[in-house]
Amino acid sequence: MYEHDVIVVGGGGAGLRAAIAAQEEGADVAIVTKLHPVRSHTGAAEGGINAALREGDDWELHAYDTMKGSDYLGDAPAIETLAQDAPEEVFQIEHWGMPFSREEDGRVSQRPFGGLSFPRTTYAGAETGHHLLHTMYEQVVKRGIQVYDEWYVMDLAVTDEETPEERSCHGIVAYDVQSGEIAGFKANDGVILATGGPGQAFDHTTNAVACTGDGYAMAYRAGVPMEDMEFVQFHPTTLPSTGVLISEGVRGEGGILYNADGERFMFEHGYANNDGELASRDVVSRAELTEVNAGRGFEDEYVMLDMRHLGEERIVDRLENILHLAEDFEGVDGLKEPMPVKPGQHYEMGGIETDENGHTCIDGLYAAGETACVSVHGANRLGGNALPELIVFGARAGKHAAGGDLGEAQIETGERGDIEYDETELPYQPGEVGMDTGPSGGVAADGGAVAADADAVVEREVEAQRERVSTLMERDEGVQHSQIRADLQKTMTQNVNVFREEEGLKQALRDIREIREAYQDVYVDDPSRTFNTDLQQTIETRNLIDVAETITLGALVRTEFRGAHWRAEHQERKDDEWLKHTLVGWNDGDPTIFYRPTILEGENKTYEPKERSY
Amino acid sequence: MSTQVPETETETETETEPAGESHQERRMTEKAAKREYRDAQKKAEQELRAAEESVHLKVFRYDPEVEDKQEPRFDDFYVPYTKGMTVLDALMYARDHYDASLTFRHSCRQAVCGSDAMFVNGRQRLCCKTQLSEMAEPVRIEPLPHQDVVKDLVVDMEHFYDQMHAVEPYFQSEDVPKEEQRQSRENREKIKMSTRCIWCGACMSSCNIAAGDNEYLGPAAINKAYRFYMDEREDEEELKEHRLRILEQEHGVWRCQTQFSCTEVCPKDIPLTEHIQELKREAVKNNLKFW
Ligand SMILES: Cc1cc2nc3c(=O)[nH]c(=O)nc-3n(C[C@H](O)[C@H](O)[C@H](O)COP(=O)(O)OP(=O)(O)OC[C@H]3O[C@@H](n4cnc5c(N)ncnc54)[C@H](O)[C@@H]3O)c2cc1C
Ligand code: SF4
Ligand code: FES
Repeated sequence: MYEHDVIVVGGGGAGLRAAIAAQEEGADVAIVTKLHPVRSHTGAAEGGINAALREGDDWELHAYDTMKGSDYLGDAPAIETLAQDAPEEVFQIEHWGMPFSREEDGRVSQRPFGGLSFPRTTYAGAETGHHLLHTMYEQVVKRGIQVYDEWYVMDLAVTDEETPEERSCHGIVAYDVQSGEIAGFKANDGVILATGGPGQAFDHTTNAVACTGDGYAMAYRAGVPMEDMEFVQFHPTTLPSTGVLISEGVRGEGGILYNADGERFMFEHGYANNDGELASRDVVSRAELTEVNAGRGFEDEYVMLDMRHLGEERIVDRLENILHLAEDFEGVDGLKEPMPVKPGQHYEMGGIETDENGHTCIDGLYAAGETACVSVHGANRLGGNALPELIVFGARAGKHAAGGDLGEAQIETGERGDIEYDETELPYQPGEVGMDTGPSGGVAADGGAVAADADAVVEREVEAQRERVSTLMERDEGVQHSQIRADLQKTMTQNVNVFREEEGLKQALRDIREIREAYQDVYVDDPSRTFNTDLQQTIETRNLIDVAETITLGALVRTEFRGAHWRAEHQERKDDEWLKHTLVGWNDGDPTIFYRPTILEGENKTYEPKERSY
Repeated sequence: MSTQVPETETETETETEPAGESHQERRMTEKAAKREYRDAQKKAEQELRAAEESVHLKVFRYDPEVEDKQEPRFDDFYVPYTKGMTVLDALMYARDHYDASLTFRHSCRQAVCGSDAMFVNGRQRLCCKTQLSEMAEPVRIEPLPHQDVVKDLVVDMEHFYDQMHAVEPYFQSEDVPKEEQRQSRENREKIKMSTRCIWCGACMSSCNIAAGDNEYLGPAAINKAYRFYMDEREDEEELKEHRLRILEQEHGVWRCQTQFSCTEVCPKDIPLTEHIQELKREAVKNNLKFW
């Protein structure tokens, strides 16, 4: 068994920042990650990091824009923390060597982004995430923080008291992808999940193949509620062939969208008379699809994004990477032609419920980054707000796990406090089908008896995972994960996409149920223990099923139209009823849905819900 | 004693070791038989494909653990072609439809994670960035040369990472910032290309010198050092000399014989050879200073 004070799962932006913070707090930290850190998906981020750095801007404006962007579903303590901590964090990574783009006077450049009242997005060309990731990894190397790379984390080692709020997390179980060795990792002070997004639940996504929602699923099964999962951001400008993202920076710099009739539809069809292409992402995504559905798209699929008028010099200076992407993945020369674009799954705004310190309702279990929902993005994330989230809340989770003092959290977590239960009739029974192909829950079943003995909790989970792998490997026929995953992606894309209808959502739930049943017969064809990606993807697929179900459940019960969540039957934002978070608890395989009110009281003011117009 | 308590650690170990082995063997034979049957089916399907519009891949296979893969071999796959398909798309198709054990690294599929550098038609390339339409058939896909093969197309990257770490790839300062440091546009421009490296390992794999001298820092690590050496934000004399000393060591910059193979294969168009040359000049200047 390996042992450290703090174990960070994931080596993307959030994980690296968390590890550095925990180490600065004096902890012995290790990062356990299925990809080498520099391969993490943070490297794909293009556009930039929001932080109020300049005169004329301040954190309160940043917080206000974020709250408005969230459609009043963000929690004020989280949003204000983000806005307050972001500048310092940005200066910090600049000092660590981040090669930001520069102004004439040598200061870092900032540019306008959708939904921002000030050009507050700091960037490094159109490769901000790449530089952020590498810069932070460099600091991890400098500090000698131990990295277990290409170790796949299969589950958490959590005790099994009756309610999640009484449980504690003592470590993780992981396997070495290269050798197949399964091992326990004991965490004396805490485990931080920083495993990134679940884009692979959809078939057209900007997310990497590794974005399989592992962290969500592990925390969910251990008893942490999934918060606001129905809010999936679809980015309006992805390349139709692959889902590769064309940064919002293109529109920020003045790129325009037009339809097959040559109309600049954001204005001409009145989708956003003021902000046009720079309206927030949900608005632009819906506009594009509406155009396509009305027969004004190209090849019934996409619209065009044009940046030629910006001129070669400006494009090369600020968006050079976009030229390469368009060329390599769509065969288009962005200097001479417009680029075809359509909406694609991009970001999960919900996630593992945490407070402002990254802590979940389970003692010793933290989450940060895209996988977490501290509730800064609410119903809609503003471009450039995910990267500051990684560093702000990554740092806080790391510090808190290592014993640092961040003060009392204002956000409550778990099934306690001011909550109410949902009573929607579901078309089927969600949750567990079959126990042998996946853990029934992430908890070590032994009454409270072993709770005191962390070693035993970890050991027990190691055994459970060894058995699970044996079962998967021994079975010699059945269904392959690739088939199951494809079915899952298909129903999610058809039914839980930008536009959602009640019947479609119910259909998705029925399909997911069937997919769960099919998964009982899943088998791993590759008999080898060495670098068995077949085995890894089979486990990942199980995680995707659990995550997809929480997204769909949330989408079904939220009968209103808010931010990215559009419902055919409910075309208005219903503030009287729905200024609240949806929470889905695994409840040992029998999911419960409950709600907690949004916190709109900030430090100095209360945010009043207003119409979002752009 | 431990036999009484099936959950204890000793018990599971003694039980799984010997029993596990024979069991594993049995499982392997059974699996092998079923596999054979399926393979025959897939082969038939593939022959059908071969007749249609499809792309012919020849893929390197090796697995130290699986008997018929212990001897390296090439497998043929016929993948239906669609416009815009990349080499990575074809590999994924082959894996998902024909052989789930086909193993390769990949993640971002947009040329930023650096995990799918392979040897395609005789050259180091990122598979996700390589259009099939530009490749002559059959498309031959092999792991990066001069690296140890772990399995199929996966190579051991440890050595590459070690070399990257050896140049102390990080800013050294410890100060706590109140605002950003200044950096001129020109200076950012100067280091820009060097900061684009995605650690794919293509350059190392293409370099003859690195192939013959395991201790040679190699183009990627030297480029990484360049990125810090040239960055005006870190301009202490002492530090710069420290960096030069690392680069000037026996297996450092002077090993480079300007063959340009690294520069040729770098998927991020980093002028590696030029950067190495520039650092050689810096080293000379620095040494002259002490004469
Ligand atoms: C194309 C694209 C462009 C974007 N552009 C911007 C932008 O301009 N500005 C902005 O603010 N945001 C942007 N975003 C969003 C932002 O980049 C992501 O939300 C963020 O990078 C996620 O970081 P993370 O650290 O949470 O996860 P990731 O970077 O995805 O890291 C996840 C880590 O977890 C590890 N991991 C996962 N599962 C396991 C497991 N089971 N066991 C072990 N390890 C595991 C992985 O190996 C990886 O190291 C963009 C996103 C995309 C996809
Ligand atoms: S320098 Fe180029 S070829 Fe070498 S590792 Fe970096 S990106 Fe790859
Ligand atoms: S898959 Fe990431 S570089 Fe090709």
